[in-house]
Amino acid sequence: MSIKIGRRGVLAGMAGAAMMMSGAAAYAQETIKVGILHSLSGTMAISETTLKDVMLMLIDEQNKKGGVLGKKLEAVVVDPASNWPLFAEKARELITQQKVAAVFGCWTSVSRKSVLPVFKELNNILFYPVQYEGEESERNVFYTGAAPNQQAIPAVDYLMSKDGGEVKRWVLAGTDYVYPRTTNKVLEAYLKGKGVAAEDIMINYTPFGHSDWQTIVSDVKKFGSAGKKTAVVSTINGDANVPFYKELGNQGVKATDIPVVAFSVGEEELAGIDTGSLVGHLAAWNYFQSVKNPANAEFIAKWQAFTKNPKRVTNDPMEAHVVGFNMWIKAIEKAGTTDPDKVIDALPGIEAANLTGGVSKMLPNHHITKPVMIGEIRADGQFDVVWQTKDLVPGDAWSDFLDGSKDLEADWVGKKCGNFNTKTGKCG
Amino acid sequence: MPRFSLLCALLLACLTILAPQARADVSAPLARLALDEFAETAKAVDEIAASGDAQAQAILEALGSARLFVDPATKAVYRRAANGDAFAAATGARVPAPPAGLQTVRVNNRLRGAIQNAVGALTLMSPDPARRRAAAESVFRSRDASVLAPLEAALKAEKDPGVAQLFAQARAAVLVAAPDSSNEVRIDAIGVLRARADINAIAALRSLPAKADASAKSLADDAVAAIEQRLRLLSHAQNVWYGLSLGSVLLLAAIGLAITFGVMGVINMAHGEMVMLGAYATFMVQEAFRAYAPAWFDFSLPVALPLAFLFTGLVGVAIERGIIRFLYGRPLETLLATWGVSLILQQAVRTVFGPTNREVGAPSYMAGAFDFFGLSVTWGRMWIIVFTLVVFVSLLLALKHTSLGLHMRAVTQNRRMAAAMGIRTPWVDAMTFGLGSGLAGVAGVALSQIDNVSPNLGQSYIIDSFMVVVFGGVGNLWGALVSAFALGVANKFLEPLAGAVLAKILILVLLILFIQKRPRGLFALKGRAVEA
Repeated sequence: MSIKIGRRGVLAGMAGAAMMMSGAAAYAQETIKVGILHSLSGTMAISETTLKDVMLMLIDEQNKKGGVLGKKLEAVVVDPASNWPLFAEKARELITQQKVAAVFGCWTSVSRKSVLPVFKELNNILFYPVQYEGEESERNVFYTGAAPNQQAIPAVDYLMSKDGGEVKRWVLAGTDYVYPRTTNKVLEAYLKGKGVAAEDIMINYTPFGHSDWQTIVSDVKKFGSAGKKTAVVSTINGDANVPFYKELGNQGVKATDIPVVAFSVGEEELAGIDTGSLVGHLAAWNYFQSVKNPANAEFIAKWQAFTKNPKRVTNDPMEAHVVGFNMWIKAIEKAGTTDPDKVIDALPGIEAANLTGGVSKMLPNHHITKPVMIGEIRADGQFDVVWQTKDLVPGDAWSDFLDGSKDLEADWVGKKCGNFNTKTGKCG
Repeated sequence: MPRFSLLCALLLACLTILAPQARADVSAPLARLALDEFAETAKAVDEIAASGDAQAQAILEALGSARLFVDPATKAVYRRAANGDAFAAATGARVPAPPAGLQTVRVNNRLRGAIQNAVGALTLMSPDPARRRAAAESVFRSRDASVLAPLEAALKAEKDPGVAQLFAQARAAVLVAAPDSSNEVRIDAIGVLRARADINAIAALRSLPAKADASAKSLADDAVAAIEQRLRLLSHAQNVWYGLSLGSVLLLAAIGLAITFGVMGVINMAHGEMVMLGAYATFMVQEAFRAYAPAWFDFSLPVALPLAFLFTGLVGVAIERGIIRFLYGRPLETLLATWGVSLILQQAVRTVFGPTNREVGAPSYMAGAFDFFGLSVTWGRMWIIVFTLVVFVSLLLALKHTSLGLHMRAVTQNRRMAAAMGIRTPWVDAMTFGLGSGLAGVAGVALSQIDNVSPNLGQSYIIDSFMVVVFGGVGNLWGALVSAFALGVANKFLEPLAGAVLAKILILVLLILFIQKRPRGLFALKGRAVEA
């Protein structure tokens, strides 16, 4: 079914509804299609549905401003249902059948890895908004989330500082998949480089959706009783966090004794927990809803009006989509076309304001500059920013702390290579 | 004349030095707090703690619990009581109408720790024994030598033997850690800590300064070794307890399935979603309580139980009448159909309630932990074990002593004979399925206390539930009980050795091997009933 509305006559309120009609073939000449590849059902729907909504809002707003290159934008929403192979199929559908100009999508690293070959083969653009483990830089992907040096490393630095409690003993706890494993490998190498002994690092992995945390929390307590200040660095992902935090609260692990710093817990995740007993536990992100800033206040107001929910929270990956989307619009305007090759070349160097008062820049390695912030959980489920970097930190695709990736460098502008080896002077 | 002026100057100097001590004043530190910078706040905390001002304790407590505010316009500092009443921080006078736009004075973990220590030192003489206990614990952890004098005074004045013991332990911790304690004092203190024999005592013993006497060092090492030995033994008990707790959760999740799958033979893949619906029913009940009767919030769970049972029971009856009754005897189709039902239910809940987690609060009796001979037992887990056993026993009684139970057993043992005796077997089927689903809903009420309330809640329990029923022996409730606890305890003993991921895999491998040996599970039903 397609709705015939004059080009200028698209009512703002109708835009959302019209976007859902993916079969609007009559529009192919008049609109620029934007693919949205986020799970709306299955395990990851809990996090990804929000990102779909924020994209719809951004596209809606851009259209109110008159679209781009004189054309309206049209969102094409598909549901990959938290099913990794389905991500690849849906990406193919978006590019070949819907002929989208770019795709905003994915959350888990495994879903990103699954769509990579499709984007390479069909030469399209993916904006990936979530903090990830690094060790990757592809020509067709723009990483608007944090690389490890924009989240994990500064968080550990903070905990080692006087304000963070001068932590000497570390528990690296994570869910058993690629992101936590790689991040913990980077962190372990970094901590050992800082003189932390092997017996002062405890690494623990749990399955997805782990719900019985009694043993692990009591192990952490035991590990923390060695007379040295101990902290937990948590890369626990998704549903497992709620029972983990509930168990921490019940067993009385206070942030003043053993602080837990999380990389995957934001405002959305805390919405399901009574945070009274968790006050002071930390999270490291590049954006917090509580950041006081006119741009942020405006964004929150728009978002709550768009979702018609005055309590709806915002979070870091949403901000990444805001920055990525604005960069993409600017790149199209600069290139004067939506042709992927031209847009990919135009993107590095593009700057767009982020919501924390700075201006983020797309780098030649397809990562962006971001501020790093450490927030402490408040009783109302929001975060107090207790520390932040003075300048924006450029994202580093290849970790400087791992053998094998130390010498690699990504540069899609000069060297046209995602993994240029500075030692051998060759690509790959 | 010069001599006189010198005297004057000296006098003045003395006065200025003495003045802060003589007339305790918190206005200077309050001005620091108004800046809302961590470094200034840290200084202010020390100054307020040292001021001896009558308001000091109230100010520090308000600061620690984010109830201290500053008016950005006038830089005046206010604090709020837990009930929301506002007071001027400096004088403690009640302010009926505080100015609008007050901003919270922020604290971080380091400050929170400092505040905790300061409040601990200030509340050592509190009339409330619970506060004195908390004060003793906080001194025990901070091992702050400056608190020693007030601590000893408090110890002398203490009447309550329990609190006195805590004070003595806190004093010992301070003395062990203090760099200038004499050797005899240290050795005594090490003895006190050794008698305390818990994880915090180890931390205190390890804080012995490096330059301590060799005799004290070896005593401390002995004490740590002895406590660790005791804790090792205790950890086995702890594992058993954790195992029982995990087992009770497994049993609770599986008990409904033991009816629908075990007794009726329906492979019900939507069982997990019944648990999920029960959890959402709890959420709805709690929302109602929050809106209409917040004071009665502790009663939300008892109210949610029958409602969740009825609601999920009705959904179960609807599923049985609408789908499953057409598929009896066709296990594969039942499996696929119920799986479809589970997806529909999940997505329906996602559409209605949204994909994000919903907050289900813990009533006061479910929160926190208590100490049981050195075992840390969380209240929530303990009530879940008790609750599981109550549900199990009531189910056994219901099956044995009610007419529905009698009909149920008759139908499952010999459907045609039961029908010939005048039992309406379709009605019994619907009721049995409704009972199983209702039990799953009741499980959802309990699981909402420890897990996410999200549309995915059920998925994480469905495999475990089938595991429990298959291992225990299909059609046998006692089997489900034994198998749930056995799996729970085995899992918890394997977890410290092999890690959570490997433990789960090992359990599955062991289960498969066991099923190879005894295909009918632990407690196989014997006789003709099996063939029917």
